[in-house]
Amino acid sequence: MRSAASRTLRALPTLLRIGVAEVVAYRAEFLVWVLTMTQPLIMLGLWTSVAREAPFARYSSADFVAYFLATLIVRQLTGNWVAWQMSEDVRSGAMAMRLLRPVHPFFTYAASHLAALPLRSIIALPVAVVLLASAGAHALTSDPIQLALLAPSIALAWLITFAFMFAIGALAFFLTQTMAIANLYFALFSLFSGYLLPLDLLPPWIAGLARWLPFRFMLSAPVELLTRSLDGERIALLLGGQLAWTAILLAVALGLWRAGVKRFEAVGG
Amino acid sequence: MIRARDLTKHFKVHKRPPGLGAALRSLVHRKYEVVKAVDGVSFTIERGERVGFLGPNGAGKTTTLKVLSGLLHPTSGDVAVEDHVPYRRQASFLGKITLVMGQKSQLIWDLPPSETYAMNRAVFDVPTPQFDQTLAELTELLELGPLLDKPTRQLSLGERMKCELAAALLHRPTTLFLDEPTIGLDVAMQVAIRDFVRSYNQRHEATVLLTSHYMDDVVALCPRIIVIDQGKLIHDGDLRQLIKTMDPDKRVSFTLTQAIADDELAKLGAQLVRDGQRVTLRVAERELPAVIGRLLGALKVADLAIEDPPLEDILRVMFGKHRADPPAAGAAS
Repeated sequence: MRSAASRTLRALPTLLRIGVAEVVAYRAEFLVWVLTMTQPLIMLGLWTSVAREAPFARYSSADFVAYFLATLIVRQLTGNWVAWQMSEDVRSGAMAMRLLRPVHPFFTYAASHLAALPLRSIIALPVAVVLLASAGAHALTSDPIQLALLAPSIALAWLITFAFMFAIGALAFFLTQTMAIANLYFALFSLFSGYLLPLDLLPPWIAGLARWLPFRFMLSAPVELLTRSLDGERIALLLGGQLAWTAILLAVALGLWRAGVKRFEAVGG
Repeated sequence: MIRARDLTKHFKVHKRPPGLGAALRSLVHRKYEVVKAVDGVSFTIERGERVGFLGPNGAGKTTTLKVLSGLLHPTSGDVAVEDHVPYRRQASFLGKITLVMGQKSQLIWDLPPSETYAMNRAVFDVPTPQFDQTLAELTELLELGPLLDKPTRQLSLGERMKCELAAALLHRPTTLFLDEPTIGLDVAMQVAIRDFVRSYNQRHEATVLLTSHYMDDVVALCPRIIVIDQGKLIHDGDLRQLIKTMDPDKRVSFTLTQAIADDELAKLGAQLVRDGQRVTLRVAERELPAVIGRLLGALKVADLAIEDPPLEDILRVMFGKHRADPPAAGAAS
């Protein structure tokens, strides 16, 4: 077990380097992918016009700008397409080749997604600058604890999203079409993660439901850390929820993977 | 070493007649059929052997190779490869084997093969000096030099296959499962791949189990063949011996430089093919010297070749016999 972990760690720099080379090779696809993640800009336009005259609920126009630009940044850094990749690999037979390599595919897929982050940051960082300049620092938190916890919170959001998508990808071992499930996932994600609108603007019963679902911890948690002034209890709840969902979804993803590979071994591919 | 004892692999296949009604019915009630892809196959292959694995389409060859390489879990029976249980896919096992499937690629499509090689070096944890040496050796043997830095998508089929082979061998596996490695390649490339496999086998004392639809690959590479049909083993042994047992007569082919009537030729041996001046006769081995003597003495021929009967013909006869007289338990239900 230890040797598998150290082998994976040693392989990681090369896997990341090749991941970057791949992202660069798929320039056009990458750009389109980045553009599909810019939905928060549309929501931003919509909601700032709603709040132009007077604040909507407790959100001023500047609050909406800060919220949706923060959403855009977190989404750029945490979104992934591993479910599509896995489903394609099962269908094309490339999965067999992955299974014959002595590093768990969870890590090889993860490395190729992490490798895309630097290029995504090129898109996300200028947005961060615009955010600060236009919405003003007052719409963001200045709490040093919240700012310090932002990076770990984004990392956890990345891991939760990746594990969830990996679990959907593992369903490709059982179902011929997993894209319907990926679409359902995205519909739920859009509503319950704060992607379309801040969770506190949702009807109370939906907001209540969102508190118990994983989607909030994929997006809204880091966005709240960045744009709200939170008390210690709320911060603990957000980070604790993220940790819990990370553990749960990793277990589900790897469990589904193991069961899926067993099935693959039974029926072939 | 490869050992399979009473290996079986059954698949449950969803059966559905054509038509909308049947499609809707299959939503609620599905009919399954068990297909016995591999049905009680046993063999042992020693280290360093080159064995041809033959059978018609759907005989169970690829399924067997997938079980041996650890991709499929056998339904029953024992399998050991390099003293490992394949389906556990331990890192130490994966480092010793390789599976090349002519119709599937492990090369990263949009990057040059050298990037796939770098990735394989990392995931197989090959020490850099050994990697450099192996890559230099493979580059020389397969003439990869100009191909290494071209994007894979721009390589021809033959070039890609050579690069696939190199990718599959960089960790210096000692057991090679080659599933149709020459499919779709031209004759020159087939010969190049064959020569390469033989030389790798000799250099590294690697065990090779090869399937191919090109019998020339098998005849050139494999002293021993294992034949399966409908999931059952129907022959395991020396290739030349098999040919001798099934059809001991030789094929004598020549091109005439003068007109000869068919009945003149019939005196020499049974005539199999006559295409103008090109003739192939079937001649019993013990009559060979006399027939050759008469041919060269009485007739004028431009060239002369004495060969074993083609393996294709032998196999056709074998499968025909096996199916006409099937074993007690049918292969498919």
